[in-house]
Amino acid sequence: MDFDALTGTSGEWLRGTGPDADIVVSSRVRLARNLAQFPFLSRADDSVKSELESLLRSKVEGLNLGSRLNYVNVNTLESLDRQFLVERQLISPEHAESHGSRGVGISEGENVSLMINEEDHLRIQVLRSGLALDECWEEINRIDDSLEQEVTYAFSERLGYLTACPTNVGTGIRVSVMLHLPALVLTKEIQKVFQALQKISLAVRGLYGERSQAMGDFYQISNQVTLGKSEEKLIATLKDVVPNIVSYERRVRNALVEENRQSLHDQISRAYGILQNAQTISSEETMHLLSSVRMGINLGLIDDLEIPTVNELFIHTQPAHLQKLRHEHLESADRNIARATFLRQRLSNRDTERN
Amino acid sequence: MKKCRRCSKPATLHITDIREGVAHELHLCETCAHEYLNNAGSELPQSAEESEPFALKGTEDPDELEQLDQVVCQNCGISFREFRSQGRLGCPHDYIAFEAELIPLLENIHGDTQHCGKFPKRAPDASQRQYRLIKLRNELRNAVGQEDYEDAARLRDEIQELEQGIEGSETE
Repeated sequence: MDFDALTGTSGEWLRGTGPDADIVVSSRVRLARNLAQFPFLSRADDSVKSELESLLRSKVEGLNLGSRLNYVNVNTLESLDRQFLVERQLISPEHAESHGSRGVGISEGENVSLMINEEDHLRIQVLRSGLALDECWEEINRIDDSLEQEVTYAFSERLGYLTACPTNVGTGIRVSVMLHLPALVLTKEIQKVFQALQKISLAVRGLYGERSQAMGDFYQISNQVTLGKSEEKLIATLKDVVPNIVSYERRVRNALVEENRQSLHDQISRAYGILQNAQTISSEETMHLLSSVRMGINLGLIDDLEIPTVNELFIHTQPAHLQKLRHEHLESADRNIARATFLRQRLSNRDTERN
Repeated sequence: MKKCRRCSKPATLHITDIREGVAHELHLCETCAHEYLNNAGSELPQSAEESEPFALKGTEDPDELEQLDQVVCQNCGISFREFRSQGRLGCPHDYIAFEAELIPLLENIHGDTQHCGKFPKRAPDASQRQYRLIKLRNELRNAVGQEDYEDAARLRDEIQELEQGIEGSETE
């Protein structure tokens, strides 16, 4: 897989298409699976891990996904490249940081990724742009079915698919949507959303899953319960609740515009101005300002920039992406300069670029 | 003087935060308090599951807890104590080896202890029954040991039914 070529592209799930894509950035379903005849990874020594990897790799490479699949050996990857895959949401931070034989199969377009030897033997994920959970489930279910013809999963009638952590046992499914909720954050209404979600056992996480901060006003909402409810039911719970949050965010956005259009427009334009002109800028500030700009485009307050471009900038301005782009290792201070240069190039003179 | 809860500076501001009618006391230094007050409202809530995932509810007795911790899976060698400290099981068989300990925990996490949803289609029916048979026979032994004849009778019927099913599928 040519990582350098990827620095100029982004996954299909960032295209900003699909239902409610102004607020629902992406939908994701992942399944945790283990092979019956092997111990879980905490008890797997090097030879078991490498046996698992080569076995699962051959099955993953044999899948018919309708497009080419790239297999990446994560164990031999440099730490910068591992971080690069994390930033693109193709592997988890845990998978990047763990040790021993492990890898990931990535589909063309980056909608499907299959992690081998993560917390479980196999973690399959399907990503889509916008609110598209049914489509994610259909695809992942089909992939799971074809793998299941080749291997014997650890499964019990009572407890379902057996996983290394009891919090995933049963369906082994995590259904999640990534929401962009700047207005709810701005008005602090977001706290009410958290409380309501907690009551119905849905978890709220940041951009990069567990333990990550809510950067750029992005929140991942997902099921917490995996045992006792069917996959369809868990998906339905999310599908029921997401439109409510989306309309809540839209209502608050409209109220903000009505109450004080000028001050909101000012704040958004200033954010855009800083991004177009800064000489050095941290990742945190970038995320924060891009979030304002993203909302500004959706409200029609910025008209010379497209959502997919902003979606891409959230990923491309992260540390590993910047360093891959510059082909050199950069310390934080130098990264901030490189980030500002990159943003100026991408955002300035939009009019001349168009003509 | 109290120390700030977020850094080690002296706490100069004492905040009482009322959430859902419950008061939370917070002692912070000026910098952290400023940050807290500005960010209040958008911070991610910490779920009970993430803060203390494998707390054993209802086992307050230290002797009993000690005993639970000693249980070891014969298949992979992990002890229940090791599982509790690392939060990860050692092999699929642990779900059987630690069944008595895990069931209340699963009840606590998921509010349920019976899978509902997808089934591996290919997994040979017979091997699934074999797997269940092992479990039922164990349960039968326990029931008889505890002189719970009602359960024992039910289990015996269930086992017979399964055994007939396996023979049937093998001659197909």
